[in-house]
Order: sequence, then structure tokens, then C-alpha cells
Amino acid sequence: MTVIATESLSKRFPRVTALDRLSLDIGPGVTGLVGANGAGKSTMIKILLGLSPATEGRVEVLGLDVSTHGSEIRERVGYMPEHDCLPPDVSATEFVVHMARMSGLPPAAARERTADTLRHVGLYEERYRPIGGYSTGMKQRVKLAQALVHDPKLVLLDEPTNGLDPVGRDEMLGLIRRVWTDFGISVLVTSHLLGELERTCDHVVVIDGGKLLRSSSTSDFTRTTTTLAVEVTDSDAHPDGTGALRAALTAAGVHLHEGVEEGLPGAGHILLLEAPGEETYDLVRDTVAGLGLGLVRMEQRRHHIAEVFRPEAAAQHEEVKAR
Amino acid sequence: MSTPAPGAAPDTTRIHNIGYRSYDGPRLGRSYARRSLFSQSLRGAYGLGRSAKSKVLPMLLFGVMCVPALIIVAISVYTKADKLFVEYTQYAVLLQLVIAVYLASQAPQSVSRDLRFRTVPLYFSRPIERIDYVLAKYGAMASALFILTATPLLILWIGSMLAEMDFAEQAKMFGQGLVSVAVLSVLFGGIGLVMAALTPRRGFGVAAVIAVLTISYGAVSTLQGISYATENTDAIAWLGLFSPLTLVIGLQNAFLGAPASFPGEVPVGAGAGVVYLVVVLGLIAACYGVLMRRYRKVGL
Repeated sequence: MTVIATESLSKRFPRVTALDRLSLDIGPGVTGLVGANGAGKSTMIKILLGLSPATEGRVEVLGLDVSTHGSEIRERVGYMPEHDCLPPDVSATEFVVHMARMSGLPPAAARERTADTLRHVGLYEERYRPIGGYSTGMKQRVKLAQALVHDPKLVLLDEPTNGLDPVGRDEMLGLIRRVWTDFGISVLVTSHLLGELERTCDHVVVIDGGKLLRSSSTSDFTRTTTTLAVEVTDSDAHPDGTGALRAALTAAGVHLHEGVEEGLPGAGHILLLEAPGEETYDLVRDTVAGLGLGLVRMEQRRHHIAEVFRPEAAAQHEEVKAR
Repeated sequence: MSTPAPGAAPDTTRIHNIGYRSYDGPRLGRSYARRSLFSQSLRGAYGLGRSAKSKVLPMLLFGVMCVPALIIVAISVYTKADKLFVEYTQYAVLLQLVIAVYLASQAPQSVSRDLRFRTVPLYFSRPIERIDYVLAKYGAMASALFILTATPLLILWIGSMLAEMDFAEQAKMFGQGLVSVAVLSVLFGGIGLVMAALTPRRGFGVAAVIAVLTISYGAVSTLQGISYATENTDAIAWLGLFSPLTLVIGLQNAFLGAPASFPGEVPVGAGAGVVYLVVVLGLIAACYGVLMRRYRKVGL
């Protein structure tokens, strides 16, 4: 079954080409749509909702043509915008009930579904208070709830983690994952952070300048892009702990990144290395222990979308494919 | 599953996590959504379904509109007059300031909120289209104004029957009054919504609506007064075309049996009346067109 299918979809504005002959075939599950700002993500969502006609090409959502069945598609699709969209003077319950009725639910069903949905996104007693007093995290939950309240088959989430702190980000990502695993609703989620989507999505689509750069399952991505950041202490035996570890790891055949991260605390003391698999973690641990150094941190770096475009990353990807 | 021990009551209290339930009930679609938006906006125009604070002003203004009608009825019944001393068609003209304040306070709350808090995209990501949104909001504002202006007329009419005035004549005049306030409601509602939709800041919206309604009426009345004083009576009827309220006054004078109430009691003839009608219909269409244009840009 196909949830979203586009065939050589183009969208041209007088001065810019927002989407350029994009052909996609997205199945059920959580799909990430990644692109830098201005890559055409929002234009894509507008077209999928049937609100903006494609210049050329064909688009089907849930098996319906967007150019002729816009209203029916929007009845079965939820949308969570990137920007603030909540009036501050009404409570979450009142607002979501109203939005449920706008989706065509009868009054009693609208109230029942609102109570259920707000509970599922994690809003309890506060749902009776005006939205104006909510934290950013709570507002994001209300925005998600209004997109889910009519039990759609597909939700389009535009940058749902924007403005959230790391904990809120993780909670939101967990919630998005549950929308598919527990609720059975397919998700298309946009972001400009690839690392974020790697953990949440089954499938990632990368677009740049309106063109399809890559479309593959998440496991392909993680295999080529996992970068470990390692920081160690210095000891009496090794006054330059970082240098000693670098030498030892290179000798052990680990590929180290040339550059250092700048502008971050501990820059210069952090080694960035490629981790093709689980065994690298063990190797780093054993090497550090063997040198008698203290391991301050070893963490996966969140990748920025830019890395996908980096020629060396692309070359490595080819290598992996060849193997 | 274990069988409970014989004699022991089965434990029936349990907390269920029922998990996610999908919805298989009816989805009533676009026309239902449009009706829901209409009724929500109409109720909102009287503060219903909103905070207690936002009920105060509309309810107060509604009361202010009705009290003079009650007084008129009371006097008419007491003095056993054979006709009401205020015409049905004149009532809205006398209380125009109340209508202007009501419109200025409620039109921005109806449309500016959705624009300012950017809720509009959420509507357009649902089955309704732009035209449904505009029609629902416009219809609700006009209906709210009609309730505000027609209720006192109803009070007057009931009073006229209590005072045993001529039934047929009163019914006819009441009907004409209703048509007049209906035109006024649609015209004023459109102007109010356009002003409010073009100014996302609520305060500006309030000021703009009051300014357009009262300044235009004041200016037209002044010019008509000057024309009368300079004995340029031909101009008086045509000047009336330039403010919303004088348009309604001229129209009801020409077609709805209302007495001439421009300075010097210059009547609006049937010929000029047609021009009035065309201008009123044109303005209503223009308001609708501007609203449709306005929402094309804010779609998403």
C-alpha cells in the first residue's frame, strides 16, 4: 500500500523552482522529510493537502488524486504546522473539540475523541486552562492533538521539535514514534536535523533545492553516518591523552576525522571517529582502558543535514554499496 | 486465566489502559464543518462559549438596544396611543452608535483572532475551503447584527399588539423594518469584517470600524446640511450614497415606506432608490470579494 505517491512533481513560482521533477513512493510508517530551509518541504506539504496546485506531475495521497479530491484527503489527513497556531484565550479542550468538528466529527464524538487524544499526547488537568499559560512543550502537544483528533490515516508534521529543549525534543520524538506503532497512523515528519529523524523514522527522504537527493530506509543512513565523539582525560604517563589515543586508534585501523569541532566546549580535546559497527565502541573502550586514561565521554554525534551533501560522505556511501 | 477460588468474590475493580481507539463513526464533511464554524462564530459574537469577561460587552450592548424599545412600548400602552411614536425603520438609525460599537467590538474578535494567532491554516487543512470559511464568518456576523437590530423591533411589534393598534398596518411596518435591518446587517457586517480582516491587531480593527461608520455618517450629514442651507437640495439625495447608514436610510425611504429623514425631508425617489440599491449590493459584493482575496494569501 502506498500512502503518498508523487510522479515527476514540479512546482514553479515566477522566480523560483520549489520542487523539480520529484518522484516519491512513500509507504506506511514514519517517514522523515529532510531538507535545509527553503528546500521545498513546506511547499510539498501544501501540495499534499491539496491547497496549492502542482505545476506539473501527479500526486496521490491515500490513493486519491490531490487535484480532484482535496476535501476528502483533508478529511483523512492531519496537519501540524511549524508556527504557533493556538489562540491563547481558550482551553486546549475547547480548541481541540472545535477543530474536531471542523474535521467533520459529530459533537459527541468530537468531545470523546478530544479527551482521548489529549490524554494520549500527555495533557491531563491542564487541558481545562487557557492555552496562553502553557509551556512550549505543552503547546506542541496541543498542536499534535488537533492533528490527530479526527483519527486520520496520515499526519503531516512540520518541524514538530522546533523550539523544544533536548528533553522535550526526545519526548516529542517518542510521541511521534508512538503515533505509528501504537495508533497505526502513518507519519510524514519534516526536519532539518537528520540525526533526529534517524532515531524516529523507518524511512528518510532527503530533498535539496526541490530535487530528490536520497530516499532510503533509516538503517542505510545510520550505517554510513555514525560518528563517535570521544573525549579523554590526560594522565601522568600520557600528558597529551587525546594525542595518545589518536595514535593508538589510528594504529588499530580506526578512521578518524581530520577536522575538529570548533566553537564547542572541549574543542580540540574531542576526537571524531567513524564507527562502522558495534565493535568500534568496544575497541575505543579497550584502547582507552589500555592507555590508562579516563573516558570523559563517548557519544553519537547528531548529524546535520549538510553531512549528507559532503562529497566524502557521499563517496563512503558508494563504497558501502559496492561492498 | 485463573479461576477465582470458590467463595471469593471475583476482583472486579481494575484499572484499564484501553490504549488507542480508532474512530469508525460518521465523518460529516464539508457542509457540516461550515455550519459548525457558522454556529461557533455566531455564538462567539455574543460571548457564548467564551470567557465570562467576553460576554459582558455584547450582552450589555444587546440590553442597551432593547431598553428604549421597552420604554417606547410602555409609554404607548400607558397613553393608549394609536401608533408607536418611533417608526420601526427609524429605530436602528436612532441607536446607530450602539450598533457601531457592537460591530467594532465583535468583528475583530471574529476574524482578527484567527489571523493574529495564525489559526487560519488549521481551518484550511481541513475539509472546508476558503469560500466556506468566508461565508460562515460573514453569515455569522450578519446574523449577529440582525439579532441585535431585529429583537427591539420584535419588542415594538409585540407592544403594538398589546396596545391594540391596527394589526395589519403594524404587521406591514414591522415587516418593512425587518427588511431594512436585514439589509443593514449584511452591509455593516461586511464592512466590519473587511476592516477587521485587514488589520490583524485587534485595537486597530476596533478603531477602524468605528471610524468608518461614524466619520462617514458625520461627514455625509454635514454636507447634506450645508446643501440644504445653501438650497442645493438636489445634491442631498446623492450625497447619501457615501456612507453606509445613509445608504440604508435612503433605501428604506425609497422602497420600505420610511419617511424622508434627510435634512429638509428631501425624499429619495424611486429612480435614486434604484441607484441606492445598486450601490448597496455592489458594496456587499465588494466586501465578499475583498474577504476572499484576503484569505487567498493566508492559506498556509
